[in-house]
Amino acid sequence: MTVLALGADRDLRPDALVARANPVAKLAVALLVSLTLLLTVDVVTAGVALALEAAVLPWCGLSPTGLLRRGWIVVAGAVPAGFVTAWLGVDSGAVLLTLGPVTVTQGSLLAGCAIALRILSVGLPGVVLLATTDPTDLADALAQVARLPHRFVLAALAAMRLFALMGTEWESLGAARRARGIGDDGAIGRARTLSGQVLALLVLVVRRGTRLAMAMEARGFGAPGVRTWARTSRVRRSDIGVVLGGVVIVTVATAAGMLAGTWHLALT
Amino acid sequence: MHGASDLGVVAAPAVGLRARGWGWRHSGRRAWALRGVDLDIAPGERVLLLGPSGAGKSTLLAAAAGLLDDGAGESEGVLEVDGLDARAARTAPGAPGTSRTGLLLQDPDAQTVLARCGDDVAFGLENHGLSAELIWPRVDDALRLVGFPYGRAHATSALSGGERQRLALAGVVAMRPGLLMLDEPTAMIDPDGARLLVGSVAGVVGLSPHAGSLRSTVIIVEHRVEQWLGIVDRVVVLEAGGGVIADGPALDVLADRGPELFRLGVWVPPRFRAGAAEAAGAARSQGAAEAGSAATTGAAHATCAPERRAAVSSDDADRSLRPTPPRPVLTARDLAVRRGRLAPVLTGVDLDVVPGEVLFLTGPNGSGKSTLALALAGLTAPAGGDLVATPELAGTAGPHPVRWRARDLVTRIGTVFQEPQHQFVTGSVEAELAVGPRQARVATTDAARRCAEVLGRLRLGALALANPFTLSGGEQRRLSVATALVTRPGVLVLDEPTFGQDAVTWAVLVDLLRELLGAGTAIVCATHDRDLVETFVDEGCGRELRVGDGTVRLVSPGVATVATVVAT
Repeated sequence: MTVLALGADRDLRPDALVARANPVAKLAVALLVSLTLLLTVDVVTAGVALALEAAVLPWCGLSPTGLLRRGWIVVAGAVPAGFVTAWLGVDSGAVLLTLGPVTVTQGSLLAGCAIALRILSVGLPGVVLLATTDPTDLADALAQVARLPHRFVLAALAAMRLFALMGTEWESLGAARRARGIGDDGAIGRARTLSGQVLALLVLVVRRGTRLAMAMEARGFGAPGVRTWARTSRVRRSDIGVVLGGVVIVTVATAAGMLAGTWHLALT
Repeated sequence: MHGASDLGVVAAPAVGLRARGWGWRHSGRRAWALRGVDLDIAPGERVLLLGPSGAGKSTLLAAAAGLLDDGAGESEGVLEVDGLDARAARTAPGAPGTSRTGLLLQDPDAQTVLARCGDDVAFGLENHGLSAELIWPRVDDALRLVGFPYGRAHATSALSGGERQRLALAGVVAMRPGLLMLDEPTAMIDPDGARLLVGSVAGVVGLSPHAGSLRSTVIIVEHRVEQWLGIVDRVVVLEAGGGVIADGPALDVLADRGPELFRLGVWVPPRFRAGAAEAAGAARSQGAAEAGSAATTGAAHATCAPERRAAVSSDDADRSLRPTPPRPVLTARDLAVRRGRLAPVLTGVDLDVVPGEVLFLTGPNGSGKSTLALALAGLTAPAGGDLVATPELAGTAGPHPVRWRARDLVTRIGTVFQEPQHQFVTGSVEAELAVGPRQARVATTDAARRCAEVLGRLRLGALALANPFTLSGGEQRRLSVATALVTRPGVLVLDEPTFGQDAVTWAVLVDLLRELLGAGTAIVCATHDRDLVETFVDEGCGRELRVGDGTVRLVSPGVATVATVVAT
């Protein structure tokens, strides 16, 4: 929802260095950070990466409150994941806490922190990307800069608009079912009603999608020949700077992890 | 910058259409949607294409736009655009950034592709390979030509249905189509939006004082004829499953075939109807015939309540002379309503819902008519104030409709949604009708009798086994009304029941509502349809509440009630 919103927003400064960067540059940084942090689970690498990301946040054009408002779901995932790992992870080192069969040791506590930090440091660039990027600009960049097939990119973009309509459709479907006398036969009846409602929503979305596809075709979408772009998406020098910044973050973080001796290839 | 004359100077040449013995059958259907169509439309002609629902008018437009693939069905004969096979004409190269055909569809929601208005208009030009520096002047020209009130950066999600439709028109016009086709462009937008759209089309084809316009050939498919008479110069009438049955100058064809077209459901202007009463009568007697003995009441209700009408006109000043006024069954006091968890759209609503009377909720799009109707129907919780059902309506279920169980609700308040498809939950018409009575625990034999009766009354008997989703718009509307009536609710809530309906379905609905009023049902109806409102208000059994500026205001008084009418 917030992702699709256009216009003024107190949390956003669209003229900030990262915010106005080409969406593909932002996407490259986000992918780079994710891939690097997927290699290892350790507190130092993830912690340094997160600290560096936080340090460059002022250049991203997203205020800390804006980051929390849009990224709370990442925090909501990171904290429980860290707790579960700390409680149930492989035990090693001194025992810190015992609750019946569950023990928290130095080793499992560190692993828990590492997991939580990893999720946060991977999530932050993603949140910045989504918050500061207009979907249309992203599609333009993906098709023109990253050279993804334009049919695929534009169809996905149009489909996203349909998703935005699903909320109101869902409400109407719910009210319409109550109007038909359906929905108060206990938990099983409600579950059945709900599954029927999901199916009805899918049918409606597919029908509308078919009509949208027809309207797009009628305006020449998918016809042979070269497609042009009204909004040119190009890579500027500052975009290269943004990508280099991403490279610096992952290099420093990985080096710190290796120097501290905590970096281990997670895949082995 | 590019001047206003830009479009006029470089406009693509108008393109003609030629059909010889053309026909189309959708895959999986036995009957031909269209067959034996012989038609010549010369470049620059402006044609209104008429015919009953299901005559294949939309199919012809889709085919001419080159959008019907072999996989979608089977064709026969010849259909040419600009001397080329219609399918080839869509993709065959022409002048850069122009298209032979442009098609505007019915559903405003399904035609917006991109998030910003300017980008959406540019979409077609990009697809046609116009170089980037030429695109924006063309976009601006197109937006100006249709009289679009916002700039390029305006968000498409903030547009009303009518504005969306004009934006889609701009997107089509920007490609300077040699053949501009409009498929029921006003069927899904409100009357104000429709008026503006017709004005836009007039501007596009150079009939209004706009500078610069297209010289395209125009084909319009539409049930509402009157609004297009200033634009078209020729009318062609198609027959279901057949070909062209009438063709000629617009006024001649209407004068000749007006009454017949009206009977087929086309909204012919009143001066061409001649046998207007016959049409409603035909629909009525047809309904009665199909219903058999179950619907003998149909023809008896020329007006909803003649005796009451007489009483009202005899002495307006002295209220005591009126017959015993009915008591309201549902009262709202200081009611506030909202959608979801958003801020209330209406506050301070005071109204009474009275048996034997239609309470019309009118007002512009987005004013909160539907939201109020949903709240009155017990489907959404009020944001504030009280909505109370009297014991006569509520029975043992308690005074607050929104707290009733769904199965208690269906026997007390029935609701017909604007979009019939939202309400369908089964795979056949018959099963659809059986849902309500089963939920309400009606005895099986009784339920079967009621279903048969409603099927007949609403002329759905022949479709009992059909899938609701495959029915035509008019049939879906009748079915959604039937599902609400079969549980015999004391209050019926209708959201835009006549929206996009042809004249036949309209007459059937009006008759049915009269009959329900006569039987003491209370009706609430959110609508844009002036004809519908005036019909019932004139007969003395309708009251109009204007919804707007965050509250409601009484426009026309209805039947006097025991409680004072407090809506002001």
